[in-house]
Amino acid sequence: MSAERGLGFARSWRRLPPGARVAAGVIALFVLGAVFAPWLTRYRPWEQLGIVTLQSLPPSWAHPFGTDRYSRDVLTRILYGARVSLAIATLAVFVSSTVGTLYGAVAGYAGGAVDAVMMRIIDAFLSIPRVLLLIAVLALWSPLPLAALVLLIGLTGWFDVARLVRGQAMALRQREFVVAARSLGARPAAIVWRHIIPNVLSPVVVAGALAVGNVIILEAGLSFLGIGVHEPIASWGTMFQDAAEQFVSTWWAVIFPGVAIVATVLAFNTLGDALRDVLDPRQLPGRPALDPQERAHG
Amino acid sequence: MGRRIAARFGQAIVVLWVVTTLAFVLIHAAPGDPFGFDAPNVTPAVRAQWRAQFGYDRPLPAQYGLWLRNLARGDFGYSTSLHEPVRAAIADALPRTLLLMGVAVVASFALGIALALFQVRHRGTRRGRWAGHVALFFYSLPDFWLALVLLLAFAFWWPVLPPGHPVNMVMHDYMAPLPALLDRLRHLVLPAATLTLLTTAGVARFQRNELLDVLPLDFVRTARAKGLDDRTVLRRHVLRNALIPTITLVGLALPAMLGGSVFVEKVFSWQGMGWLTVNAIGMRDYPLVLAGVMVGTVMVVAGSLVADLAYLVADPRLRVG
Amino acid sequence: MAEPLLAIENLRTYFYTTAGVARAVDGLSLTVAPGETVGVVGESGCGKSVTALSILRLVAPPGRIETGSRIVFEGRDLLGLDERGMRAIRGNRIAMVFQEPMTALNPVFTVGDQVAEVARIHAGASRAAAWKRAVEMLDRVGIPAPDERAREYPHQLSGGMRQRVMIAMALVMQPALLIADEPTTALDVTIQAQILELLTELQNQFGMSVLLITHDLGVVAETASRVVVMYGGEAVEEAPVVDLFAHAHHPYTRGLLAAMPRLGTSRGRLQTIPGTVPAPTDWPAGCRFRDRCASAWERCEREHPDLSAVGERQFSRCHLAAEPARRAAGSTPAAREVPA
Repeated sequence: MSAERGLGFARSWRRLPPGARVAAGVIALFVLGAVFAPWLTRYRPWEQLGIVTLQSLPPSWAHPFGTDRYSRDVLTRILYGARVSLAIATLAVFVSSTVGTLYGAVAGYAGGAVDAVMMRIIDAFLSIPRVLLLIAVLALWSPLPLAALVLLIGLTGWFDVARLVRGQAMALRQREFVVAARSLGARPAAIVWRHIIPNVLSPVVVAGALAVGNVIILEAGLSFLGIGVHEPIASWGTMFQDAAEQFVSTWWAVIFPGVAIVATVLAFNTLGDALRDVLDPRQLPGRPALDPQERAHG
Repeated sequence: MGRRIAARFGQAIVVLWVVTTLAFVLIHAAPGDPFGFDAPNVTPAVRAQWRAQFGYDRPLPAQYGLWLRNLARGDFGYSTSLHEPVRAAIADALPRTLLLMGVAVVASFALGIALALFQVRHRGTRRGRWAGHVALFFYSLPDFWLALVLLLAFAFWWPVLPPGHPVNMVMHDYMAPLPALLDRLRHLVLPAATLTLLTTAGVARFQRNELLDVLPLDFVRTARAKGLDDRTVLRRHVLRNALIPTITLVGLALPAMLGGSVFVEKVFSWQGMGWLTVNAIGMRDYPLVLAGVMVGTVMVVAGSLVADLAYLVADPRLRVG
Repeated sequence: MAEPLLAIENLRTYFYTTAGVARAVDGLSLTVAPGETVGVVGESGCGKSVTALSILRLVAPPGRIETGSRIVFEGRDLLGLDERGMRAIRGNRIAMVFQEPMTALNPVFTVGDQVAEVARIHAGASRAAAWKRAVEMLDRVGIPAPDERAREYPHQLSGGMRQRVMIAMALVMQPALLIADEPTTALDVTIQAQILELLTELQNQFGMSVLLITHDLGVVAETASRVVVMYGGEAVEEAPVVDLFAHAHHPYTRGLLAAMPRLGTSRGRLQTIPGTVPAPTDWPAGCRFRDRCASAWERCEREHPDLSAVGERQFSRCHLAAEPARRAAGSTPAAREVPA
C-alpha cells in the first residue's frame, strides 16, 4: 500500500499542468528568497536608515521597492517578512491538519453516536466566524508570543479538515482491507493509525495547500489590525500597519507587500487546485464546498 | 420534515449557548481587569462600586447566571470606551453591517453563479479558462488589501467615489431625500464592491464544481435526447439541480463574509459591527469586543438557519414523500 | 423492397481514451423498416447502447463517430446534419427511452413538466396546451389519475410508472422511430411484461418503428420481428425472430440461447459461454469470438469473417457458413486455454 502511494505522488508531479508547475516555482522562489534574505539584501528589516533623510522614498535603484515611514527598506522587509509569514502559515496549517485528521479519522471510523456528537461540536464551532474569534482572544491576551499565535490560528482552522477526513474515513470503513484487519482482531486505534490515516492523506494535502494561502491572508489581516504579529518583527502583515495610514502618498509600501502576498497565495491556490485534479478528483470531497468557510475570515 | 426543522432550531440554540459561554469564559480568563483602566476621577471606591454593580464580586456560577440572564434581556454591559450601554452602540452599528452584508451576499451569489455558468458553458475553451483564472485571482486576494487598492484607485487616483464613511458626514443631514439616498449609495459602492468581489470568486468555484457534478448525470442526457439545446439544458435542467447545494453555501459563506467585513469596514470607516469591534480592541473595551463577537455569531447562526430551512423547501425530494 | 426508415451503414464509434482507442462500434450495419420492431441483442460491452446513442449523436467525448459511417433516416444522412438539424430530430422524429427511469428523469421537475417540455420545444405549444398534452400522454401510457400524477415528482412514483412516464415523454411528438435502450432491465419481472405489452400496443397505434436494445433474449422473443445479435462491436447474426430461435447459426447466438433458463426443462446446470468479452481497445485479430468458440480453427484466428447469408433472410458472421462440417458438438473450446 505504501509503495503505491509513493509512486502515486511521483506520477502526480508529471501530470501537473504547466500552470501548477509555475506556481510551485513561485513558491520555491519565495522560500529561497526568505532563506537567503541576508545575502540578497544588504539592509536589515528593522534598520532605520537615516531617520529623516530617507523617509518614505519612492522606488529607486538603491531601494527597488522604496522605503517606508520609518526609513526601512521595503524590499528587505518583504524578504524577511516572507520568513515569518510562510513559517507561520505552514506551521499553523500543520497544526490544523494534524488535529483535524485525528479528530475526523476517529469520528468517521467510530461512527454512530460518537460520530454524531463529534460532528455536532464541529458544527457549533464552524458557526463562529474565525476572524472574530481570533480577534476576541488575541485582543484579550495581547501581546501574544509568536508560538501562541501559530497555535491559535491552527486550533481555529481544523474543523473543515476534520469534516473532510471523517467523510473519507466513513467510506474507508467499508473497504475490504479494513474489514479484513478488523476480522483479524486488530485494535481500532491500530486500524485508524495504519489503515485509515495513510489513505486520507491525499485530500488532506490538497486541503492543506489551499489552507496555507488562507492563513497567509489571515495572518496579514490580523497583523494589519495590530493583533497578529507585533513589531518589531517584520511580517507581510505588519508592513501594512503603518503603511495603511499614509498609503495615499506612499503607495509602494502597500502595493508591493500586497503583490507578494497575492503572488504567493495565488501560487498555493493554483497548486492546490491542480493537485486536487490530479490526485483523483472523484475521491476528494474537499472541493470548494468548504473554501469560502476555509478562507481567512471564516 | 417537521422533525428536521425542529432539530435545526435546536442546533442553532446549542450553538448560541456555546458561544455565549465561550465569551463568558474568555472575559473572565483574560488577564487584566475590565475596570482597571486609568482615569483621573476613578478611585478605588468607584471601581469597587462598579464591580458590585456588574456583579464582579460574586462567585463565578452566579456571575454566569447573571450573564445569561442579561444577555437574554439584551443587556450586553457597558462600553468603557464609548461611555454608553453596549446595546446602544450595537443598535447604531448593526444596521450598517446588515446593509453591507445584505448587498454583498445578494450581489456575490448572483455574480458567482453567473460566472460559474459561464465557465461551464465555455469549458475547455480559452474564454472559459480565463474566467477560471480571474476567479482564482480574486479568490487569492487579501480583503484588506483589495479594500486599500480600490480605495486608492477610485477615491484618490481617480476620485469618483467617496473615501469612506457610510454617508457624507458633513452634509448628509441637510440633504433632501433623493440626494440623501444617492449619497448613501455612493458611499456603499466601494465597501460593497470589495466584499462582493472576494465572495464571488468563492461562490463561482463552488458552483462550478456543482455544475460539473450534475452534468454527467443521466437526466441531462435525457434532456438532450428530447432535442434541447446546450444552453437550455444547462440553464434549466443542470442549474436547477446544482443550485440546491448552493443554498447551504449561503450559510457556510456567512462566517467568511463577516470576517471579511471586519477589514472592509475598518478600511472604509464603515461604522458597522466590524469597525466597532476593531476599535474596541484598541481601546481594550472588553464588553464591546465580546458583544461584537457574539452578535456576529448570532448573525451567522440566523443566516445559516434560514439557508438550511430554504434548502429543505427547495429540494422536492425532501419536501414531500 | 420499400425504403427502410433507418439504415445504418458501417457505423464506427470509437472512444479515444488514455488506455487506448476503444472501438465500441466497429462496422455495424442494420436497417429498420417502417412499422418494424428490430431487437439488438448482446452482452454488456458489445456496443449496443453506443449504437443507440450514435443514432441520435449523443455520444459524449472522448467518443467520436468515425468518418465513413452513415446513418440514413427518412432519406437523410443524420451524420451530415448540423446540430440544429439534429435537435429537430431528437424527441421529435426519433425518440429514445433509457434504462434507468429513476436517474433518467430530472428529480426537481414534476413528471408533467418533463413530458410537457417536449411539446413546448417541438410544437411551440403554450404552457397550458403542453400540459394538456402531457396529461393526455400519461393517460395513453396507462397511468391512472394522470392529472394528479402529472403534478408529482419522479421519486414519488414506482419504477414501472416512471418508465411509463419516459415512454410518454418519448411519444409526445409521435416519432417515426423509438429507440428503447434496455427499457425493462431495471424493472421487476411482472412490470417488465406490462411495459413490453404497452410498447407493442403503442407501436401498433402509432405505426412507429422500434429499435429495442436488450441483453435479454426473452424480451426480444416477445416483441421483435427481426433480431440483430452483436458481439465485439459488430453484428454477428441477423435473422427474423422465429428463424433465430428455431435455427440460430452463429455459435455465440447458440450459446446465448443455451444459456437462457427455460421453465419446463429440467437441466442440471445453467450453461454459460466460457470466457469473457475482450476489451474494446483490443479486439482480437480474425474472428472476435474465437477464444470462446468451441468450433474455432486456425482460419478463425487468421481471417475476420464477413456477414454471409445462411438462410432466407438470415445472416451470420462466421466461417462455419462456408465450412459447416467444422461445427463442434459441445460448447467448450476444445483443448484450448480459456482466458481467465
